[in-house]
Amino acid sequence: MRVIVNGEWIQLPEHAVNVADVLKFYHIHDKVVVVEVNGEILSRVEHQRTRLADKDRIEIVHFVGGG
Amino acid sequence: MTERYSRQVLFPGIGQEGQAKIRQKHVLIIGAGALGSGGAEILTRAGVGKLTIVDRDYVEASNLQRQQLYTEEDVADKLPKAAAAEKRLRAINSDVEIRAIIGDATPVLLEELSNGVDLMLDATDNFETRMAMNDISQKYNIPWIYGACVGSYGMSFSIIPGKTPCLNCLLRTIPLQGMTCDTGGIISPTVQMVIAHQTAEALKILVEDWEAVRTSFVSFDLWRNQYTSLKMAKAKFAGCLSCGEERTYPYLDHENMTKTTVLCGRDTVQIRPSTKGEVSLEQLATQLSSLGYTVKGNPYLVSVEIGAERMVIFQDGRALIHGTKDLTHAKSLYQRILG
Repeated sequence: MRVIVNGEWIQLPEHAVNVADVLKFYHIHDKVVVVEVNGEILSRVEHQRTRLADKDRIEIVHFVGGG
Repeated sequence: MTERYSRQVLFPGIGQEGQAKIRQKHVLIIGAGALGSGGAEILTRAGVGKLTIVDRDYVEASNLQRQQLYTEEDVADKLPKAAAAEKRLRAINSDVEIRAIIGDATPVLLEELSNGVDLMLDATDNFETRMAMNDISQKYNIPWIYGACVGSYGMSFSIIPGKTPCLNCLLRTIPLQGMTCDTGGIISPTVQMVIAHQTAEALKILVEDWEAVRTSFVSFDLWRNQYTSLKMAKAKFAGCLSCGEERTYPYLDHENMTKTTVLCGRDTVQIRPSTKGEVSLEQLATQLSSLGYTVKGNPYLVSVEIGAERMVIFQDGRALIHGTKDLTHAKSLYQRILG
């Protein structure tokens, strides 16, 4: 499946079907993130159950602490 | 209004009226590192009425690459950042009432400092302090502007009580890992980009142009050329303990505050005594020298070499132990020196 992550086209591996899989793909599943899919902000519980489709637009923000 | 602010007054978003408002406002900046230096300089130049800046650290050589208020002289003098910032900010604009606090931004101190404050700027390096700021913001109805950066990646979000989600809505918990600045380093443009976002928001809030305040969460990566802006309104969480109806302000409970902290980006542990009191630095320096330790100092702190480690003790009894990340070891060194 091909999706747009933070503005770039990405080919996801076949086993990646939901938002949680995408976070694992980027190795940020254990970080604090906010994810938006097609303009909708998801709560954390929705990461697992939000299935993705071809051409979905995903925006991922992970929080950092430095300042 | 004087010639000094003429360019800002000419800007339609501010004008004479806006400038007069800026002049009446009090901003509290928490942290005087990279974000704090830049934010404080911009607001001081903009002619804010009063600026309070609080920081627990002192200036070191590795700060100079991005912390714009400091000089080599400040490093040589081991000046606390708050003291060095105060000196520089006063030289930049003597119209502004600058108050510098050398200390750890605990919930107790923040609550005290937030009295009469119109806006808080986040320039801290950890989420414990941010969550305390967030609770104070909600409790006393003071807007604050989150900002953070690491490497070429930065972010900012304006938190307006009663309007936007708060940081606790977004995080739900204090992040524990992967969040420090010691892993990825940092480049100065990232800092400046976060500061630009934070201070533009600050000016809008100070002139009370609430319509103009950004409601989205901005993040960017200057090296990868990415810019993301997320609309956050839906992230407001009704059950939030900081801004929801059943709010308890959990991060103002000082029982929750750690007394020892590993500092961002460095092999350093901070120890804060549980009792409040002042240490006589002069007496301590004399005593340590007579015991054979190598001691240096200035009116704000004493620095002592203990084998491979170095301990810096401030007047409020706080100490930074450099050369270790081991909390227990740091504590035992602290007790050896301060009893």
